[in-house]
Amino acid sequence: MLGYIVRRALYAIPILIGVNLITFLLFFVVNTPDDMARMQLGTRRVTAEAIEKWKAEQGYDKPYVWNSGTDGLGKLTDTIFYQKSLRLFAFDFGAAEDGRDIANEIRMRMWPSLALALPVLLVGLAVNITFALLMAFFRATYLDFWGVVLCVAMMSISALFYIIGGQYIASKVWHLVPISGYAGGLDAWKFLVLPVLIGVVGGIGAGGRWYRTLFLEEMARDYVRTARAKGLAESTVLFRHVLKNAMIPILTGVVVVIPLLFMGSLLTESFFGIPGLGSYTIDAIQAQDFAVVRSMVFIGSVLYILGLLLTDLSYTLVDPRIKLQ
Amino acid sequence: MRIVLILLLFLGGCGEVWNDPYPAEERGRNIFYTSFINRPKHLDPVQSYTSDEADFTMQVYEPPLQYHYLKRPYELVPLTALGVPKAQEIEGGKFTVYEIRIRPGIRYQPHPGFVPENFSLSPARIDGLKSPYDLPLGTRELLADDYIYQIKRLAHPRLHSPIFGLMSEYIVGLKEYAGQLKQADRKEGWLDLRQFPLQGVEKTGPHSFRVTLRGSYPQFAYWLAMPFFAPMPWEAERFFEQPGMAQKNLTLDWWPVGTGPYMLTENNPNARMVLERNPNFRGEAYPPEGERGDAEAGLLQDAGKTMPFIDRIVFSREKESIPYWNKFLQGYYDVSGIGSDQFDQAVRVSIEGDANVTPEMEEKGIRLSTSVETSTFYVGFNWLDKVVGGDSERARKLRQAISIAFDVEEQITIFSNGRGIAAQGPIAPGIFGYREDQEGMNPVVYEWREGKPVRKSLEVARKLLAEAGYPDGRDAKTGQPLVLYFDTVARGAGDKAAFDWYRQQFEKLSIQLEIRTTDWNRFQDKIRKGDTQTFRLGWNADYPDPENFLFLLHGPQSRARTQGENAANYANPEYDALFERMKHMANSPERQRLIDRMVDIVRADAPWIWGVHPKSYSLRHSWVSNDKPNTMARNSMKYLKIDPAKRAELRAQWNRPVVGPLILIVLLLVASAIPAVVSYRKRERMAARPAA
Repeated sequence: MLGYIVRRALYAIPILIGVNLITFLLFFVVNTPDDMARMQLGTRRVTAEAIEKWKAEQGYDKPYVWNSGTDGLGKLTDTIFYQKSLRLFAFDFGAAEDGRDIANEIRMRMWPSLALALPVLLVGLAVNITFALLMAFFRATYLDFWGVVLCVAMMSISALFYIIGGQYIASKVWHLVPISGYAGGLDAWKFLVLPVLIGVVGGIGAGGRWYRTLFLEEMARDYVRTARAKGLAESTVLFRHVLKNAMIPILTGVVVVIPLLFMGSLLTESFFGIPGLGSYTIDAIQAQDFAVVRSMVFIGSVLYILGLLLTDLSYTLVDPRIKLQ
Repeated sequence: MRIVLILLLFLGGCGEVWNDPYPAEERGRNIFYTSFINRPKHLDPVQSYTSDEADFTMQVYEPPLQYHYLKRPYELVPLTALGVPKAQEIEGGKFTVYEIRIRPGIRYQPHPGFVPENFSLSPARIDGLKSPYDLPLGTRELLADDYIYQIKRLAHPRLHSPIFGLMSEYIVGLKEYAGQLKQADRKEGWLDLRQFPLQGVEKTGPHSFRVTLRGSYPQFAYWLAMPFFAPMPWEAERFFEQPGMAQKNLTLDWWPVGTGPYMLTENNPNARMVLERNPNFRGEAYPPEGERGDAEAGLLQDAGKTMPFIDRIVFSREKESIPYWNKFLQGYYDVSGIGSDQFDQAVRVSIEGDANVTPEMEEKGIRLSTSVETSTFYVGFNWLDKVVGGDSERARKLRQAISIAFDVEEQITIFSNGRGIAAQGPIAPGIFGYREDQEGMNPVVYEWREGKPVRKSLEVARKLLAEAGYPDGRDAKTGQPLVLYFDTVARGAGDKAAFDWYRQQFEKLSIQLEIRTTDWNRFQDKIRKGDTQTFRLGWNADYPDPENFLFLLHGPQSRARTQGENAANYANPEYDALFERMKHMANSPERQRLIDRMVDIVRADAPWIWGVHPKSYSLRHSWVSNDKPNTMARNSMKYLKIDPAKRAELRAQWNRPVVGPLILIVLLLVASAIPAVVSYRKRERMAARPAA
C-alpha cells in the first residue's frame, strides 16, 4: 500500500509540471508582463519607466521559458517560468501582485468555501441517495415515473435560476434569510442556509437519476434475487445489500471531489457574497494576477490528484477483493 | 420536520427581522452601511489612485486641502492647512514656491507605530497578530515632517507612485532623489527617508513647510487635496517594515494611518471593510454656507455642527447587482447607485426630461440625487490615420460629417437611460471654461433653435462628406465604398446592440463601419501604438481645472509618440501654443478667452466625436441626510448623517418574515410522502412480489 502511494505521488510530479506549464502558456498568451504591470499600476499617468521598474521588481523582466542570454543551467532557471513555478512545489505561493500573502489568503478563504461546500455535499448525498433509493424501490410505478420526470425537469434548469429564484423567494418575498453576506464562526449559519438549500435542491435532478441508475443495475443482480428469495424485507435488501454494493461507483464520484471542496464554488460564492476560494480565483483572473492564478491551479491539481488517490484507497475499504499493489 | 422547526426556532432568535445580514448587536446603532464591488489594490496614499480606493483612504488620510462639500464650481478650502497656499514666483518665474502651514494640535489616530516597544516584536508575536490594533496603541501630533516624509515617499524605490513621473518634472530635485534612494536601498527592511534630504521640500517650522516647483504649475494646489500629499508618520512605515508583517498582510498598503475622522479597523477586502470614528479626531465644523438651493434642500441644517456624525461605516463586498439592489430596497444599504437593470424600477422621467423616483420608491421615502460628472466619454479619430486623421480639409470634413451623423442624444437615451448630457467640447460642466447654453454650443455639429441646441441635419453631414471626397459614402476617385474601423473593448453579449447602433450611425452616411473588438490589454496596446482608426475612450478628471481636460488634446502628450494622455494623437500648433499659455494661468477672463479659442479650434478640427458627460444618479433612504453628490471630494462620509431609530423601524416594517408558505411547503412535502409510505407498507406486507 505504501509503495503504491509513493509511486502515485511520484507520478504526480510530471503531471503538476505539465499543468504548470499549460497554465503558464495559457496565461501569457493573453497577458503580457506589460499588461500585468499596467493592471497593477493603473493606466493613468503611468510611465514606461514605472512599468519596467515593476517588471524588474516582480521578476517579469526575464524571458518566458528559455534564456538564451545566459550560460548553462541559467538558460532554464533564469526565466519567468522557472522562477515563478518551482517554489510552488514547496507550497511557497509568495505574494499576490497586489502584495497580499497568498498562503494567508487561502487559509482565510478556505473555511467559508468549506462551510458552504461540505454541507452541500453531505446533505446532497443523503438526499440524492434517499430519493434514488425510493425511486428504485418504487421502480416501474407512477412514483418512479414522476420521480424521473422531476429529475429531468430539475436537471434542465440552470444553476443561476435556482440561485436568483431562491434569493427572490426566500429573502426578498418571505424575508427568511439574508440575501447575501457572510459572517465568521457560528453566525455563518444564517448566510449558509439558503445557498446550501439551493445547492442541494439544484443537485437532486442529476444526482437522483445517477444513483437510481446505479441502484437499478445492482438490483438486477443475482445476489439481490437470492436475498429476496431468502425472504428479506425489500428495505433490508435495498439498504443492507444494494446500497453497500453500489458504494464503489458512489465513492468514485464522491471521494474525488472531497479535496476539491476547498476550492469553492465560483457562481454561488459570487452571488451570495461568500468570501471563499472560488471568488478568489475569479478575482485573480479578472485582475490578471498570475501569482494567484498559478497558485490556485496548482492547488486544484494537487487536490484532484489527492482525490483520485483517496478514491483508489477507499475502494479497498468498501470492497475487500480489491488490493492495491 | 424537526430540522425545519429547529431552524425556525433559530431564526426566531434573530428578533423581529430574520434577513438582517448584520450582527444583532449593531441594530439601532449609528452605523452607515454601504458596499464596494472591487477589492482595493492599494491603500497606501502614495500608490492609491482609483476612486474605489479613495472611498477608504480619503476618510483616513488628510492632505492639506479639500474641496468645499457644497459649493459649485468646486472650490479648494483648507483641511489640515491654515489656508490655501498662494504660489510665489521666485527668480523671475523660474521657480514657484508653495508654503503650507499646518494647523497645530492635530493628532493621529491610535496606532501601534506610535509605541516604541512595538518596533521590536518577536516573530511569534507577529505571527499571532490578526490586526495591528491588537497591540498597545499610541498617538502623536501631526507635524510638517510627516508631509515632507510623504512627498519623499513619491520617489521611494520600492513603491510605485503613479504621479512620480509628473511630480518629478515639477518638484525640484525629486528625480535625482529617486536615484539617491535607489542607491541607498538595501531592498529589505525599513528605508529611513529622514536621512536623505529632498532639495525641493524644506521644513520652515514644526508646522510649516515649503515646496519649490520648477516653473509655474498652478494645478499643484489641486494635488494638495489628494491622498498623494497626505501626511505619513515615519513610525508607521518603520512599524510595518518588521520581518514577518507582510506575510500576515500587515502592511502600510493595507492598514492606513491618518489624522482623519475615521480609522480602518477591519480590513477584509474579500467581504467587509470597517471604518470607525477616530477617537483622536479634532472635530471639524459642517460648512455654514453652500450654493443656491442647498438651504431649501436641508443641506445646511447642520451648519457649524461638529463632524463626523456617524460612528462607524461598514462596507460590504457585493459583486452581483441583484442581491445588492434587493438589500438596498430592504434597507440594509443606506445609499445606492442605479444599474441599468433597475433603472425603470427606480426612476421615472417626465416628458420635460425631469427625473424622479417611481411611486414604489417614493412610498419607501427613497430620494434621488443627480449630478453631472466631471468626466467625458468620446469617440476618437486617430490623427495619425491616413483616412480620418491629420489636418487636411478632406479629413476634417469627413470627421465633421461623422460627428453630425453620430446621434449622441439618441445614444444617451437608448444606452444610458438618459443619464448624461451631450458634450459640446472637451470640458465637462462644473469646470472653469465650460460654457452653458448658446455660448457653449458646438456650431460645427449643432444649430440653435427654439432656445436649445439641435443637431444639424443629415443633409449637412452628407454635403460635408461629398466635399471631403466621399459622395454617397464612396471615394470619388476610386469609386470604392468608404470603410472605417472602430476599435473597442468587448465586454460581453450585451455589447451587440451598441455595436449595431454604432454601425447604423455611420450607415446614415453610407459609410461601412467594421467593429474590431478586443480585450482591454490589446485595446490599450493598439492605442499606444497608434494602430487604430476610430475608438471609444473616456476620462475622469483628476481635479476641476480645464487643463485636466484640454491636455487630452495637447500635441506633445500624444499617446503614440510620447505615451502621454492624448489618445487621439491630435496635434495643432496653435492649440498647443495656447495650451502652454493657458495652463500656467489662474482662472480669469483672459484664461477664459484662451480656452474659448482652444475649444473653437478643436470643434473645427473635430478630433473627437464629442460624446457624453455622464450624469450620476444615486438613491438614498429617508433616514440619510446631508448627502450631496460631489464628484471631486471623496472625503464625504464625515458630512453624512443618519437617523438609526427611523431606519430600525422601517427595516422591521419592510422585512417581517413570512412563515406561512414555508409551513405550507413542509406540509405538502409530508402529504406527498404519504402515498409512498402507504405503498411501502403495503409492499412490505405482501406475501409474494408480483412479476416485474
